[in-house]
Amino acid sequence: MIGNFLGVLFDGIAYGSLLFLIGIGLSVTMGLMNFVNLAHGAFAAMGGYVCVTAMNQLGVPFLATLPVAFIATALMGVVLERTLYQRLYKATPLDQVLFSIGLTFMAVAGMTYVWGPTQQPVRLPEFLTGQVHLLGLDLGVYRLFLIVIVVFVTAALVYLVDRTRFGAQVRASVDNQQASAGLGINVNRVFALTFALGSGLAGLGGGLGIDVLGLDPSFPFKYMVYFLLVVAVGGAGSIKGTLVAALVLGIFDVAGKYYAPQIGAFVIYALMVVLLVLFPAGLYGKKA
Amino acid sequence: MKQIRSLLLGVVAVGFAALVHAAEPIKVGLLTPYSGPFADMGRLIDAGVKAYVKAHGDTVAGRKIEVITRDTTGPAPEVGKRLAQELVVRDQVDFLMVGGFTPETLTAGTVASAAKKPLLVVNASSSNITDKIPYGVRYSFSFRQITQPLGAWAAKNGIRRMMTLVSDYGPGIDCENAFKDGFTSNGGTIVESVRTPLKSPEFGPFIQKVKDAKPEALFVWVPSGDQALNVVKTYYERGLDKAGIRLVILGDDIDEPVFNALGDKVKGLVTSLHYSTAHPTAENKKFLKAFAEVTGNAIQPTFMSVAAYDGMAAIYEAVKRQNGDLADGAKTLDILANLQFESPRGKIVIDPKTRDVVQAVYIRRVEPHNGRLENVEFETIPDVKP
Repeated sequence: MIGNFLGVLFDGIAYGSLLFLIGIGLSVTMGLMNFVNLAHGAFAAMGGYVCVTAMNQLGVPFLATLPVAFIATALMGVVLERTLYQRLYKATPLDQVLFSIGLTFMAVAGMTYVWGPTQQPVRLPEFLTGQVHLLGLDLGVYRLFLIVIVVFVTAALVYLVDRTRFGAQVRASVDNQQASAGLGINVNRVFALTFALGSGLAGLGGGLGIDVLGLDPSFPFKYMVYFLLVVAVGGAGSIKGTLVAALVLGIFDVAGKYYAPQIGAFVIYALMVVLLVLFPAGLYGKKA
Repeated sequence: MKQIRSLLLGVVAVGFAALVHAAEPIKVGLLTPYSGPFADMGRLIDAGVKAYVKAHGDTVAGRKIEVITRDTTGPAPEVGKRLAQELVVRDQVDFLMVGGFTPETLTAGTVASAAKKPLLVVNASSSNITDKIPYGVRYSFSFRQITQPLGAWAAKNGIRRMMTLVSDYGPGIDCENAFKDGFTSNGGTIVESVRTPLKSPEFGPFIQKVKDAKPEALFVWVPSGDQALNVVKTYYERGLDKAGIRLVILGDDIDEPVFNALGDKVKGLVTSLHYSTAHPTAENKKFLKAFAEVTGNAIQPTFMSVAAYDGMAAIYEAVKRQNGDLADGAKTLDILANLQFESPRGKIVIDPKTRDVVQAVYIRRVEPHNGRLENVEFETIPDVKP
């Protein structure tokens, strides 16, 4: 019984880690730049496609495709930010939503055209598959790997935003663009880089997620709710909040499905309602 | 000058109209999802239709066959109805062929029946669908038809205690009941039935539940595509195979995407279905060759393509028997509902009472075959009613 529970907990944390990896990019663009980017899932899917293409067409090993996915989607992010997104920074949230959802539709159609409507196959290297027996529990190797990645990504992000000069510039630019520009910060460049970071993280999450979530052109729509959930519950812009929200939602989702399969899929939404009633701005959100 | 030109144009137009009338084609309206999350289904069905035309020519009894395709976008009853209306009223099609889900098949069916145009069901697989479409004939299969024999097979092969895992909606519940039926009536016991939500990106907890309950085997059906791939992947990842829990699964879940992603792991899996690309007949070889030609080998055909191919075979036969004169819709329907012929899947018979397909169901095993993995049939249950 207790073994079951620990197993469920582990799976929940692993699933939460994946939600975090994909959601954190959205939290960055939404929280730090105040841009409601519903096309976030499209960046994640692009990351996935970059991985699959590199792996299957060019024979790049799986682990090496992950940084490629990050860089490729980050570059794509910069290009789109400079050409399209930056025009809407001052627009109303509704315009931003309409714009980014339109972009998502185009991305889905484009991905169907290039890669076809089918699921993309991904074969993980042997050492990432199967289970290991640890402390009386069967733990999925790939899930352990996801958790490790999340630890690194979180540490790197916290360091970047809280401790570096770039992080300070981002925070300053968000709080007051004019004053920041007046102090000599190149606000445009900061925003472009932040957007690239958010997109790159989405791409990384998309690549890591193929094995668990699958990858086909409808990916951006299928998982949009989950990304939004994580960001809304965690509080946009807060790395800690996104992490906690992703883990809580992951654990409850998995536990709900394990212990009460009939209502399992609903648990995560009920939890969202409760948490948002208690914390309207998200767990670690800024007070409006 | 202007007058002469319009006169000339008029002459050309009249001549053109006459030409069109002389060679007026037989029109088949094909409804299937060409876009959206189920675009793959549309692609497979479309290619099945094209393969038949490729292999048998585009003219029957002196009349050209023209296929008019429309995109249903997925399980969308309103869209199905609107498109069926357009095809019947504006394009004046002689046949409707629906390669989609049950909802749009039913709404297109009401249009077809009101217009007295025969409708060929080439994918929807709920039970008794033709009851609700007076002008409908089914050439595909029903979930009940392919699941019940699998349950019986499991019980007869020494499996006693099983769990079932299906997707929690109409077809899934059909499968759960049909499997239970076949399994328990042959002495097996279902210890627990798990239903997974239709939108369930993560099967881990459900599969873990099965692993902890330790049945002898697990029956699975979820919608093919990403879910099927995920559930099978999770089965292996969680080591259920090593824990001695066998996987028994419907054949539509085990095809190319699963082979591509999991490879040799799935060797030995037992499934049931009414068609396998490995089916060893001349008719199937002919189908596979035509299919490869129209798709340029880009995709592998599935049972969906075969049903569309057979739907075209039925249409060709109905046109041939009436010498190209399709004025009487009821007569055409009668011919369609009394057909039997050799399909790439084996012999199929349409039961005139139910207008539904009676066919053999095969128990198959995943094995290397023709230089790749295929579902190789090793047991045949003949004449299974839908």
